[in-house]
Amino acid sequence: MAERERRMTRPTGGVFVARSRVMDADDIARATRRMAHEIIEANSGLDDVCLIGLQTGGVPLARALANALAEIDGDDVASTEVPLGRLDVAFHRDDIGIRPTMPEAITDVPFHIDDKVVVLVDDVLYTGRTIRAALDALTSFGRPHAVQLAVMVDRGHRELPIRPDYVGKNLPTRHDESVDVTADGVDLGELR
Amino acid sequence: MSAAPAFVVKGGRLVDATGVRSGDVVVGDDGSIVAVGPDLSAPETLDAAGCVVSPGFVDIHSHLREPGKEEAETVETGARGAAVGGYTCILAMPNTTPAIDSASVVREVLDLGRSAPCDVRTSGAITVGRAGSQLAPMAELAGLGVTLFTDDGAGVQDNLLMRRAMEYAAGLGVTLAQHCEDDALCGGGHMHEGEWSSRLGIAGQPAEAEELMVMRDIALARLTGAKLHFQHMSTAGSLAMIAGAKAAGLDITCESTTHHFTLTHANCATYDPVFKVNPPLRTDEDVAAVKAGIGNGTVDCIATDHAPHTPDDKIQPFDEAPPGMLGLETALALALTELDLEIEQIVGLLSWKPAAIIGADDRHGRPIAEGNPANLCVFDPDEEWTIDGAAMQSKSRNTPYAGRRVRGRVRHTILEGEAVVRNGEPTR
Amino acid sequence: MSDLLSISDLERADVEQLLDLTDHFVEVSARPIPKVPALRGKTVVSLFYEDSTRTRLSFETAAKRLSADTMNFSVSTSSVKKGESLRDTALTIEAMGIDCIVVRHKSAGVPWQLTRWVDAAVVNAGDGWHEHPTQALLDCYTLRQKRGSLDGMHIAIVGDVKHSRVARSDIAAFTKLGAEVTVVAPPTLLPPAIETYPVKVSHDLDAVLPSVDAVYLLRMQRERMTEALLPSLREYTSTYGLTVARAELLRDDATVMHPGPMNRGVEIDGDIADFDRSVIVDQVRNGVSVRMAVLFLLLGSGSDLHNAIPASESEERSA
Repeated sequence: MAERERRMTRPTGGVFVARSRVMDADDIARATRRMAHEIIEANSGLDDVCLIGLQTGGVPLARALANALAEIDGDDVASTEVPLGRLDVAFHRDDIGIRPTMPEAITDVPFHIDDKVVVLVDDVLYTGRTIRAALDALTSFGRPHAVQLAVMVDRGHRELPIRPDYVGKNLPTRHDESVDVTADGVDLGELR
Repeated sequence: MSAAPAFVVKGGRLVDATGVRSGDVVVGDDGSIVAVGPDLSAPETLDAAGCVVSPGFVDIHSHLREPGKEEAETVETGARGAAVGGYTCILAMPNTTPAIDSASVVREVLDLGRSAPCDVRTSGAITVGRAGSQLAPMAELAGLGVTLFTDDGAGVQDNLLMRRAMEYAAGLGVTLAQHCEDDALCGGGHMHEGEWSSRLGIAGQPAEAEELMVMRDIALARLTGAKLHFQHMSTAGSLAMIAGAKAAGLDITCESTTHHFTLTHANCATYDPVFKVNPPLRTDEDVAAVKAGIGNGTVDCIATDHAPHTPDDKIQPFDEAPPGMLGLETALALALTELDLEIEQIVGLLSWKPAAIIGADDRHGRPIAEGNPANLCVFDPDEEWTIDGAAMQSKSRNTPYAGRRVRGRVRHTILEGEAVVRNGEPTR
Repeated sequence: MSDLLSISDLERADVEQLLDLTDHFVEVSARPIPKVPALRGKTVVSLFYEDSTRTRLSFETAAKRLSADTMNFSVSTSSVKKGESLRDTALTIEAMGIDCIVVRHKSAGVPWQLTRWVDAAVVNAGDGWHEHPTQALLDCYTLRQKRGSLDGMHIAIVGDVKHSRVARSDIAAFTKLGAEVTVVAPPTLLPPAIETYPVKVSHDLDAVLPSVDAVYLLRMQRERMTEALLPSLREYTSTYGLTVARAELLRDDATVMHPGPMNRGVEIDGDIADFDRSVIVDQVRNGVSVRMAVLFLLLGSGSDLHNAIPASESEERSA
């Protein structure tokens, strides 16, 4: 689950107050296109590549990536559409029973992932625990050939051996800061 | 004065069948009242300032469980609880094991009661083993002093047998008392049939199961001329029929219990079997009718239907738990708190009126006057307290009133001239 | 919510939350590997004092798909046979460190009594004639799946309402969600004070069928004949059974439901049980997902954890 929803859940809650804008809408669009190119390059095309956005912040980003991929790829292979899914990792989190946990939106993976290259997409990469949960969840859908990770913002502070393959922006942050990603831009601020 | 003064009950307001007045009461060493009047003294003083001094209470409906179920109550513990509740006389119900249907069991209960801090009398069963098929030796039991016969815990179902019992009892001059429940119509119900039983999914028994037997017994009383007492009347319909029968001149009395004017079937919503009782807790309208009947004289006396059960019995599922609740230690306070009646009316319902029904008025419920037995209750009608099952004298804890704030508490109980309860504590 | 005891205790929003949550578990159940680690380390005990293979299996499947450990306290072979009290049994089970007791008992109110003795979550899997809340939830879910919403639906509940925990829970659930309910039964099979229920009453099934969106047939138990509640099963079937001929009165889009197990040929004709308007199989399938939602809400969602963690321990730590 993306950071933005997660942090709004109780017990901590709070309202995000932006302090500075680190990416605007154009920056996001540009970064998205760049990541799309990187995905095609790393996988030598789009055969067997599928995108799975993490509910809910990763889902619009995954859709934007899919659109960008279609535009680029459309030049050589007509009508290639990258399979697009969405995954809610609530039932796979490692803090169930420690903190309130409720699923946010329905998981929908309408394709087989066996032997595919699954690109997980999320808005912000932080501790890495959401990605761990996502990797766990993927195993109940099948055995992919490879799993890659695309995020718009990597804000550091990893607590698990997880690294992104495609990054929109590396953004050094403090623990007490918060990052908010929307279609309009990326803001750095804190929860009040 | 033949007896020497032992102590004086000082500073109270005297309430008995003759009225209300203030005065001190001197009790003699022979157990009788030796003087009543202002500013009396004796070697010892029992403080009654702010209190009512009344004849001791009489409960004509106590389940003492002995013999057979001594883990729930014994004659002694029941009697001690009764004393703390202000009672100087209680009538044991016959649904013991074995039932009180023979001279030997009557003698056993009376023997057990002799050392108890309350005058323990016993009823006798109408039928052998309370099985409803053969008359118990009523004449023999009457010879031992039994004045009231009942199969309490169950009603006598057979019409002809009940007719015969009434005819036979009339010849002996004893009273028949009926626990009114038509077993077939009850259909195995565990609470009052109505909105709450329906919602809770518990099999109910309709008010008509009680009323049908009241109706039948009134008809049989008319046929036989027997003296009949209706136990624990709980429905508006029953009380209306009894009022009618009394107006028609039949020799009928009836009692209502404290729980039937303080609790309703809604109390069962917690599924706590402490609220399971027979007859069951009824509707608001029935509670209002019972209160009205107590006020207008349709109801002759207040009884407790004190029915101790062990915690193990009362933690069973609602439909498996036995019916019954404690009553002796809370009756006075509930009557004072819940009934909007004059104090002498309440004392009468608890004392001389029930005494007359069972013929205990030889020693109990008598006016507070020189020469009468000193069977007295001294209570503070204004003291507020919180009911707590664990603090009771009963061996059991099944009071439905735990945590309830009530008003009115017994300070001293005097049995045959001995203060068996002093300042709320039993002395033996 | 720390226990699920009855539908009557719930608000409409509670019911809807459980149904919404069920959507997630329907998805999980459709996965190639229909299992999530959400309740790893939790232990769920089924304590069934009454035989019910279907409900017990459904709960056990739900618990296992959530990775909870399950224990089955079999009353027929246990100390209960030796006279152990309900309370002692409950305390014994709890001492083993369990998190949830799923209880079925022939006596109404037993789940309430359990909550007074144990800290574990208690789920009512049917108590006497009183309630069967997960059955009502799966019925609502099935109807919602079929028709989108219960608001404004007209549902007939037919048969032995008096002795039916399913009927009591369904009446509460259907009406909470905005449906109109008509109970159809002979007066001997209606509960006392039926006028205090939020339902219409009819004794004429033929008159009701044309206007209903769904007809819910209750199981007719044979012992009712001996209690003089009905003259015969044959007469019941002829007046209240959903026969092929009577099913003609249903609208084409009407849904047929039954809690199972069915008495084919008594309350429902065998051909109708199998026809396409019947959702009886969907009910069973959804039962597992609904029970997953209930177990997850009680044991995994942390609905009892509000403000359990000081805000100073920034929740960003584990985001």
